[in-house]
Amino acid sequence: MRKKAFSVIGKPLRKVDAMAKCTGDTRYADDIELPRMLYAKLLRSPYPHARIRSIHTERAAQLEGVSAVITGKDLPEKFGIMPSTQDEEALAVEKVRYVGDPVAAVAASSEALAEQALTLIDVDYEILKPVLSIEEALASKEESERIHSWNRRANIQKAVSFEFGDVVVGFARADEIFEDTFFFQGNTHLPMEQYCAMAQYGPQDKLTLWSSTQTPHYLHRALSKVLGLPMSRIRVIATPVGGGFGGKSDPFSHEICVAKLAMITGRPVKITLTREESFYVHRGRHPVKMWVKTGVKKDGTLQAMHFRSFLDGGGYSSYGLATVYYTGALQTVTYKLPAYKFEGVRLFTNKPPCGPKRGHGTPQPRFALEVQLDKIAEKLGIDPIDLRLKQLVDPNSITVNGLRISTTGLRECIEKVAARADWKKKFHQLPYGRGIGFAASSYISGAGLPIYRNEMPHSGVQIRLDRGGGITVFCGSIDIGQGSDSILAYAVAEEFGIDPADIRVVTADTDLTPVDLGSYSSRVTVMTGNAAIQACGKLKEILLPVAGEALELPVDDLEMAEGQLRSRSYPKRAISFAECVEKAEGKFGTLGATGSYSPPKHPANFKGSGVGPTPSYSYTTSIVELSCDPETADIKLHKIWIAHDCGRAFNPLLVEGQVEGSVYMALGEVLMEEQVFRKSGLHKYPSILEYKSPTTLETPPIETILVETDDPEGPFGAKEAGQGPLLPVIPAVANALYDAIGVRIDEIPITPDKILRALEGRLKSVSVPWFDFPPPIKWQPGDGVGVQQKS
Amino acid sequence: MPKRKKSSKTDAAQKGWAKRLLRLKVNGEIKEVATETSKTLLEVLREDLNLTGTKHGCELGECGTCTVLINGDAVLSCLVLGVESEDAEIVTVEGLMRDSQPHPLQRAFADLGATQCGYCIPGILLTAKVLLDKNPHPTRDEVREALSGNLCRCTGYTKILEAVELAARGEEGQ
Amino acid sequence: MLRLPEFNYIRAKSLKQAGRLLADLGPEAMAVAGGTDVYPKMKRGQFTPRHLVSLRFLSELRGIRPGTKDGMWIGAGETLTAVSQNPAVNKLFPALAHAAGSVSTPQLRNVGTIGGNVFVDTRCNYYDQTFFWRQAAGFCMKKDGDICLVAPKSKMCLAVFSSDTAPVLVSLGAVATFSGPNGLRRVLFDECYRDDGINFLTKQSNEVLQGISIPRPAFGQRNVYLKLRRRGSFDFPVLGVAAAMQFNPKGVCLSSKIVLTAVASAPVVVDEAAHLLEGKTVTRDAIEAAAEAAAKVSHPVDNADLDYWYRKRMTKVYVKRALAELAGIQLELEKGAVKPRQI
Repeated sequence: MRKKAFSVIGKPLRKVDAMAKCTGDTRYADDIELPRMLYAKLLRSPYPHARIRSIHTERAAQLEGVSAVITGKDLPEKFGIMPSTQDEEALAVEKVRYVGDPVAAVAASSEALAEQALTLIDVDYEILKPVLSIEEALASKEESERIHSWNRRANIQKAVSFEFGDVVVGFARADEIFEDTFFFQGNTHLPMEQYCAMAQYGPQDKLTLWSSTQTPHYLHRALSKVLGLPMSRIRVIATPVGGGFGGKSDPFSHEICVAKLAMITGRPVKITLTREESFYVHRGRHPVKMWVKTGVKKDGTLQAMHFRSFLDGGGYSSYGLATVYYTGALQTVTYKLPAYKFEGVRLFTNKPPCGPKRGHGTPQPRFALEVQLDKIAEKLGIDPIDLRLKQLVDPNSITVNGLRISTTGLRECIEKVAARADWKKKFHQLPYGRGIGFAASSYISGAGLPIYRNEMPHSGVQIRLDRGGGITVFCGSIDIGQGSDSILAYAVAEEFGIDPADIRVVTADTDLTPVDLGSYSSRVTVMTGNAAIQACGKLKEILLPVAGEALELPVDDLEMAEGQLRSRSYPKRAISFAECVEKAEGKFGTLGATGSYSPPKHPANFKGSGVGPTPSYSYTTSIVELSCDPETADIKLHKIWIAHDCGRAFNPLLVEGQVEGSVYMALGEVLMEEQVFRKSGLHKYPSILEYKSPTTLETPPIETILVETDDPEGPFGAKEAGQGPLLPVIPAVANALYDAIGVRIDEIPITPDKILRALEGRLKSVSVPWFDFPPPIKWQPGDGVGVQQKS
Repeated sequence: MPKRKKSSKTDAAQKGWAKRLLRLKVNGEIKEVATETSKTLLEVLREDLNLTGTKHGCELGECGTCTVLINGDAVLSCLVLGVESEDAEIVTVEGLMRDSQPHPLQRAFADLGATQCGYCIPGILLTAKVLLDKNPHPTRDEVREALSGNLCRCTGYTKILEAVELAARGEEGQ
Repeated sequence: MLRLPEFNYIRAKSLKQAGRLLADLGPEAMAVAGGTDVYPKMKRGQFTPRHLVSLRFLSELRGIRPGTKDGMWIGAGETLTAVSQNPAVNKLFPALAHAAGSVSTPQLRNVGTIGGNVFVDTRCNYYDQTFFWRQAAGFCMKKDGDICLVAPKSKMCLAVFSSDTAPVLVSLGAVATFSGPNGLRRVLFDECYRDDGINFLTKQSNEVLQGISIPRPAFGQRNVYLKLRRRGSFDFPVLGVAAAMQFNPKGVCLSSKIVLTAVASAPVVVDEAAHLLEGKTVTRDAIEAAAEAAAKVSHPVDNADLDYWYRKRMTKVYVKRALAELAGIQLELEKGAVKPRQI
């Protein structure tokens, strides 16, 4: 029977690392120093697209204090996060593909010396024409315009096409058809901690790498591949991450370079990137152009949707293969959609590579979808909330594109957020200049498949019990601020009925901890939580009989609570947890257990069906109330209401924190943040001052409502909370702006100049290019393998 | 010919950017350290005194991460030289504890989950401390204004503002 | 970590010595007070001094004295925090208090000085970049290059004058007192600037600003400063409007001065707008006309935050709002589009 009352879960406890972070004790990567340490710097390309004719490093190597200089020749093996798109080099071998692409690395006795040595490296470039936009990439014909040579068609990294259900029939049934175009500009993660890594080699021919990374396991694999060292000789320690948001999820040049430099010099080598370099490393939100055609009945029910997305990917693949699928995968999980066609293409351009940022590939289509629904509701004369309520997906159903929905709290989220915001009284009723807008969304609680195909668990937890009753939990997960270390402590404490403060958590060290795939795709709570519960279960099977024997009680009558194993019927008959552990160790020897978790198999198995499935979907709704000064287009946000179906709040403080942080990041994206480039391919302003991140003064009051659906797949019923809440805020702002002043801005960010132009009827609609997509893979629920695609 | 009357310091420095002996008072302790004149207080604290609790996010005065206190004012340690910080009372996050007891702000931040990645928190705690020292019961808007020079990318500031208020009310835990 | 290059740090013992050091050491020397503009620019290689002459600890640069015979005296070394929180400044010159209090962030204002802000280096998105970036872009004429990257045909550097406090001081008829090799020199702030992104100051490089006097006639003037920028802190102005007006008891405008910042390489005094108001009772129409005149002389270019078309448009709106505030006139919002169709 599922436990419904909890002693730890659901309580607003301190995070296990909270005080260390308040005292300055937490050691981030750049806080580590080792004896004899060297400092590394990377030489970066000043050109967006160029062939390297030659590199001369002799002068740099001769500089006193310089220990090693390496170039692409020293690290020729390619790598990349996705197994099928290994197109990155630690240091460019033949070509550079964006301004900031690393070409050489130096290790020296000080950072200043390393920097000086860079000026002594001579690189001879043959400058090539840069490709800087979606349109230019699509039009690339010349061989010299081709950014990579491995892909079939110049500058097309990946084109995909699907048809689920019968779209022709769907559109034919529709009374009204809506066609809109949208653009979502790229933006970056901007964690406050800049990238940093440190490596040490020896003395036993073993490499240790410390890095501010969200994915130590994937980094472990990439290091092994590029350095030619077996994984058994490499130890990756992920240091507490000072903000990730997806930006620290790839294996990076600087990590591989310090490892190589440590191997060459036999000394520890550290590299800390500057803020400017962090903008070049990027892997942020893809700029996406979108075209959406939706057919509806007069009552607003959706009949068919055709969605096209064009992703500006930058110079390398990164996670792009997954991103392009994600721009089409989750349109179906909020509202019933009987027929759906999706076509997406990711292009290479000579800009820093885009990758996964909070919401990975889904904020862009969610913006388009929710704004279009607002337009549809208006045209049909239906309240936009009522329009959605008519057609919410059912729990325990399978969507037209084969995604299995377990629980959904969407209806409750809608009703609660509407009630709190007083929607019915405000929508269309506020004075000119003030408005209110709504949007809903859904996100995955962890990717259903690992990045590389394998049958092993996604998450492993090992628990060791001490004679004194102490518990140490080992797990490969990495705390990036979301509280994943605390989640492990809470889960184990709940299972054993003890205080989380009595638990030690050891994480993210490939020598010590079982593999967890990393802090991405909102997977950590669900997967490590389940693995931890499984490990606890194994230990309980040892402890409970021991306690039963000691107390002379049947195991059925025992519970673990308040640091004891005790009788349910006579709670005074009890043995302390520590005493029980001692007895058990006496009887069975050293006590430990492991647990692991793999997501359930997903129902569809067509090519490309691996992106979208998840153990459970979270749901979020948001209402935004704002004012817009029609003369200056200055937007003042009054309040954000947001309801999130988190399945179960492990710790409401942490869930609220994730929701509030997501709202914040969404507001930055919708109103001001842009990763933009000059015509030369140079980042327009790679600085925190000019990349506009909202301050306390721009961030409005946020009212968070947590909805619990007790998902059967989640540990204690939990789903994700870290990414989903970002999604509805962006379209809700756009919809609120329309309610305030009557103009639609179908472009993110919504800046004052666009609003003024729109008010004057001078804002051009988004142009979407033409592209000959491959014939679609067709699939519908009940189908087996679909048509194989040749792209 | 203009008179070239150089100070002895100028001459000394021109012989190869000599290091200089700094005498700093950090968290109530006198620290002496020989270091380059060109080092900012941020670098001196982190690299010469191993006080790595002070973080850095841009080194250009654009994020507030490296905030420390000098003579009771919140300042950006990335924009002040070590040599300019002599004869001053410097307080870093390591100096917030009193008799091994956390400062009320530290307890309040821990209580409310105001730290996520935690990287901006040392700077925010120190900025908030100055606010509460000068204005023990600030309004929400006063807290916003006081913290408007500290960027945080994780929290949306909500719990940070609440934690400052909680500490001001003296209602935080131990 | 972005670091400072090596340099000589010389702590001046007196203003006189500072001037002498700057004169002796020549172009390789630079004065530094709060350092909040100098140090970032040195880290990015925009300023490359070999010697820094520090004015930071000079007591001669300190003090805010509201009642001197020349009016209010503000020492150049006073921090922006001190100026923005000074009771006399707030009472007499709320525009100055607001402008000083709107510079960057609280932390920066605790160190940055008013003297540093009035003469803060002009800014440009092609110039306020690291050495790497500027090298990749091709250097511009303001540092290391010979063309203007904003407008390649321009013979002049178009970097933007970005001080918040300077336009207010110009609007109030304030006077700068320089200490130089030949003693003290007093110059109207109006005459301290020229519209040239590189040589935007008329002062000599060996002159040090000692302080600012706001003359007694300004004491009775209403004054205001409005600032356009993306965020409520951190950001430099991308448009600023300072205005000061003298009214007689009947509400007739006796004098007015409107000064724009961040629309050129120097503060721009909009005389035409002032003439439209002087000698008249200020009405909505007069304000409208004055704002129109101000917009004509505002020429933002594409080298700062926000779209420059928008910044130009905002000149009129901000001037209008500044003047309305001084005249105590409530402006009605323009009746723009109507609300979307009601359900």
